[in-house]
Amino acid sequence: MRSFTYERARTPAEAAAAASKPGARFIAGGTNLLDLMKLEIETPTHLVDVNKLDLDKIEKTADGGLRIGALVRNSDLAADKRVRKDYGVLSRALLAGASGQLRNKATTAGNLLQRTRCPYFYDTAQPCNKRNPGSGCSAIGGFSRPLAVIGVSDQCIATHPSDMAVAMRVLDAVVETVRPGGETRAIPIADFHRLPAETPAVETVLAPGELITAVTLPKPIGGQHIYRKVRDRASYAFALVSVAAVVQPDGTGRAAFGGVAHKPWRVEAAESAMPGGARAVAEQVFAGARPTEENAFKVTLATRTLGAALSEARG
Amino acid sequence: MKFETPATSNPIDQLKHIGKPTDRIDGPQKTTGTAPYAYERHDRAPNAAYGHVVGATIAKGRITAIDAAAARAAPGVLAVVTAQNAGKLGKGDKNTARLLAGPEVEHYHQAVALVVAETFEQARAAAGLLKVEYAPSRGAFDLAEAKAGAQPVKDPPDSRVGDFDKAFKAAEVKLDATYTTPDQSHAMMEPHATTAAWEDGALTVWTSNQMIDWGRGDLAETLGIPKVKVRLVSPFIGGGFGGKLFLRADVLLAALGAKAAGRPVKVALQRPLIANNTTHRPATIQRIRIGAGKDGRITAIGHETWSGDLAGGGPETAAEQSKLLYAGANRLTATKLAVLDLPEGNAMRAPGEAPGLMALEIAIDEMAEKLGLDPVEFRIRNDTQVDPAKPEKAFSQRQLVECLRQGADRFGWSKRGKPAARREGRWLVGMGVAAAFRNNLTMKSGARIRLQTDGLVVVETDMTDIGTGSYTVIALTAAETMGVPLKQVVVRLGDSSFPVSAGSGGQWGGNSSTAGVYAACMKLREVVAGKLGLDPASAEFADGRVRVGNDSRPLAEAAKDGELMVEDFIEFGELAKKYQQSTFGGHFVEVAVDADTAEVRIRRMLAVCAAGRILNPKAARSQVIGAMTMGAGAALMEELVVDRRRGFFVNHDLAGYEVPVHADIPHQEVIFLEETDPMSSPMKAKGVGELGICGVGAAVANAIYNATGVRVRDYPVTLDKLLEGMPAIA
Amino acid sequence: MQPFPEIDVSRRGLIIAGAATAAAGSAAAGTAPARAAPQAPAGGTVTLVVNGKRRELTVDNRTTLLDALREHLRLTGTKKGCDHGQCGACTVIVEGRRINSCLSLAVMHDGDKVTTIEGLGAPGDLHPMQAAFVKHDGYQCGYCTPGQICSAVAVLEEIKAGAPSHVTADLNAKPKVTADELRERMSGNICRCGAYSNIIEAIEDVAGTQA
Repeated sequence: MRSFTYERARTPAEAAAAASKPGARFIAGGTNLLDLMKLEIETPTHLVDVNKLDLDKIEKTADGGLRIGALVRNSDLAADKRVRKDYGVLSRALLAGASGQLRNKATTAGNLLQRTRCPYFYDTAQPCNKRNPGSGCSAIGGFSRPLAVIGVSDQCIATHPSDMAVAMRVLDAVVETVRPGGETRAIPIADFHRLPAETPAVETVLAPGELITAVTLPKPIGGQHIYRKVRDRASYAFALVSVAAVVQPDGTGRAAFGGVAHKPWRVEAAESAMPGGARAVAEQVFAGARPTEENAFKVTLATRTLGAALSEARG
Repeated sequence: MKFETPATSNPIDQLKHIGKPTDRIDGPQKTTGTAPYAYERHDRAPNAAYGHVVGATIAKGRITAIDAAAARAAPGVLAVVTAQNAGKLGKGDKNTARLLAGPEVEHYHQAVALVVAETFEQARAAAGLLKVEYAPSRGAFDLAEAKAGAQPVKDPPDSRVGDFDKAFKAAEVKLDATYTTPDQSHAMMEPHATTAAWEDGALTVWTSNQMIDWGRGDLAETLGIPKVKVRLVSPFIGGGFGGKLFLRADVLLAALGAKAAGRPVKVALQRPLIANNTTHRPATIQRIRIGAGKDGRITAIGHETWSGDLAGGGPETAAEQSKLLYAGANRLTATKLAVLDLPEGNAMRAPGEAPGLMALEIAIDEMAEKLGLDPVEFRIRNDTQVDPAKPEKAFSQRQLVECLRQGADRFGWSKRGKPAARREGRWLVGMGVAAAFRNNLTMKSGARIRLQTDGLVVVETDMTDIGTGSYTVIALTAAETMGVPLKQVVVRLGDSSFPVSAGSGGQWGGNSSTAGVYAACMKLREVVAGKLGLDPASAEFADGRVRVGNDSRPLAEAAKDGELMVEDFIEFGELAKKYQQSTFGGHFVEVAVDADTAEVRIRRMLAVCAAGRILNPKAARSQVIGAMTMGAGAALMEELVVDRRRGFFVNHDLAGYEVPVHADIPHQEVIFLEETDPMSSPMKAKGVGELGICGVGAAVANAIYNATGVRVRDYPVTLDKLLEGMPAIA
Repeated sequence: MQPFPEIDVSRRGLIIAGAATAAAGSAAAGTAPARAAPQAPAGGTVTLVVNGKRRELTVDNRTTLLDALREHLRLTGTKKGCDHGQCGACTVIVEGRRINSCLSLAVMHDGDKVTTIEGLGAPGDLHPMQAAFVKHDGYQCGYCTPGQICSAVAVLEEIKAGAPSHVTADLNAKPKVTADELRERMSGNICRCGAYSNIIEAIEDVAGTQA
């Protein structure tokens, strides 16, 4: 870990301004950033601690939704009574991720900004376009079993590791930010994460110093909320595939997939097929899939996991 | 004491302490965090500087240049150790690759440097400034590819009994199948770690090592200094499983770093280095052929195994148990070794048998099915009470049939149905069984016993406790033999200034080290009797007193003029050659497999073990459940993934190399059969720590087959290998 | 004979470089250092309330809470198993919540109350959870044990507080202390010795739910 200076920010705007300097980064939970700093995958020269900002509330919005402060810890968000009651898929997704200890630290914003768990990204001796642009992708032709099957590029086949983001995607969440100049914006979660394309190192649409202040959820949509995460061990592991689904009594609904792409993967157009079953939906969702030999099973698994979610919804 | 004739009645048979479930005497220290591990010796080396290891980033080749200028100039840096400035280094007897690379690099993450600094943070940051240039060369990294060029090994030699080829050809029912097991990592929780300090040319290392004397010898050899100048101390070891049997880079580099820095230095291997820097259990390819008559009796059994290692390394001896586990007149085993340029392969919990039984015990399950026999019955029908190759050599004890019968009864085995026949909601449910087998090894083991003036009995031996419960069984042995309460015994372990013991490996530690302590106690009894003027032969030691007839004296009286101290050791004669000594068990597993996603959940696990006298049933049970847990990991998830282009294990941390977590493991049940084995030692005990893992993987795989009808012969049995065979989705 | 060339500065060069580095460090504090000339580590003082005692520390900004405990305060009961949040051996309770102390900087905890294994009990005066681990043999090598115990103590509080888990069937009902709940909640604490079955029994014993 390289040396850095450290300051504690008092207001979001002050934090954004402090973090707009070259080499500066925000730190909140730190559960991913410090991990990466120890390996010198992240090398900030200045850390802006945002933990004392007043961004740790969960409040009702005017239109009946919820506004989740950026610093709300994963465990608190999962346990919030309103979230449990009206946005069960979000509680479930959070609880399926990481461990109790990590959820106690990890924040809402930080969770969205998690970086991939591709093992080549983590090994600084190996080429990786995400870590070291232009160096190549070791995962293509290498160990790719846990990696992406869709939305990939010749530069990168990494996945986004978040469970929470998959549920937020299915709930049409909106990410609120403040920029160093003080102006704010609201970014639909669908647009928040980018696909790797030619620049896999650029993972979100955030500008330098832009601080996430909250994530808002639209008013509750009812239905059965299901999050199915499939992994190699029963807990404390990243998803091979996950499905966030909200299914209405008439069989219509929404579904987003985790563990398959560089961002939570959802194809709204495919959802009209949901009453017809998982296969019909998945065929459209994964129409452009480009899996490797090692991870081709994920397309089948995603289809079957959606099937499992739909059966669960039917009860 | 030489153990040459079968044990007769002796003080251990009193069973006042031995055989009773006893809380570990080191429990209060371990549960309060006050047991000191290798990196935590602020008490001994309060001014230790910090070393950070730099690993090679190629699998094979040469270092062409190291630019250490920036690292040396970095804040707090005290020294940068490389092969270039380390002086001439030897190589320990038990190491295949050198522990410090340069100029040759033999494997990925082989240490190339240690950066020593005032603080941990400084050492780590400076290590990042070291620039190492390499000239990589081609290597062999793919076992399947290298298999064709694999060669027979001297140890173990291939074996043939009868005419295997003819008998197999003629057999009415046949199986010829190939199984694979992957490279696995010990992944013990405490990283390899050492604090080293030099004083007047003598070196002390507080480290984490299972075999004190091996480590001491190999450290002296590597540094080129006399063994007497090295003291190795390892009172607490945060898990080993074979990964800490040998001298590793942390010890050597801490020693070199301390020399270079002129003060104590401590080094813990960074977790992401451990999988490639240290040893691992090598992958295997195993071909098993079994021929049987329609009567279910095996007529031919052949087991061939291929594994790879660095040049000069050894094979994974995965075919060995197949010489002894089942009857059959015609037999074949073969062990082939390929040269691979992956990190060094070596022992991991039950080397040989663990992967060997993962394959053999699926094959037996498959064969039983072909014969239309229940797999428990098929195993029982092919039991043997003698070494099939040497019928004159009987097993000293062999209760495999009892293990299987009791296990089947206890587990409700009769409720097991046909494959893919039982469904409970979303779950497909099945049961599997496998035999457990592991040879009983014995090793010479010494101990020193002091009777202090206050009556305390102090045991000193370089035996280690790697979680096995050595402290406690040794205390129980001394309490039993000397006739004192457990709390009157003090046990000191893991220090090379104590007599050399068996150490912890090959499940020989418990039996051998307690036998050594018993030998020393028996000697002390003689000295005590002599001091008290009592006849040693008829003296009874009980309740803290020594009694002959009506003459009863406090034990402490013998030390009233000063502490008494004796040393002795146990060494083993020919009994192990005259009798085949092995341990046995039966593993029963029930799994549920998600019909949609093929996720496997273990619902129940039972092991029935026959392993001689169980010295402390509480810790022995823990050894077995722990081994069952590791076996479950081997069955379901553990695999060091080889990058066959670049020659390294890709998933080299605890997020990538998944081992079981709490949620993977159900309540586990263990039954020990009543057994004493007078051929094994005066303790009449054998080992259980490795037996517990033997066969577990196959029991899980067989249960998955029973649940789903999908037979997977390629470990680990992950869901992607099952999906195609799962029921169609709605 | 040199086995391979080491590009190195001379002894004199070393001294000069060291002096230059120190000068650069003090002059350039707060700005981004160039990679070639590392500056002195930035750090500061932090006050922690550890096991009820106020402890003031001067630490490098890079010092984790774990290393502050183990190396500065010499409270080595908290273990470093992976240093990357992958094992749980470093679990401590901060402001009433269990966290991985390896993934948190000491400077971020100014004023925080920290409970470590040493704060729960001592040999001869064991916390009920520590005693239950001994009774049920819920450990073997002992290295993950302090983390398991700190986690277990916190898990029972979390269930009492009504926090749901991945295996809680009804998100809107109060969770119960069941073996499945404990297994899921304890899954962030890896025990390679495989004492899981016994650990769960120990926790159930403390929770008073064992049959």
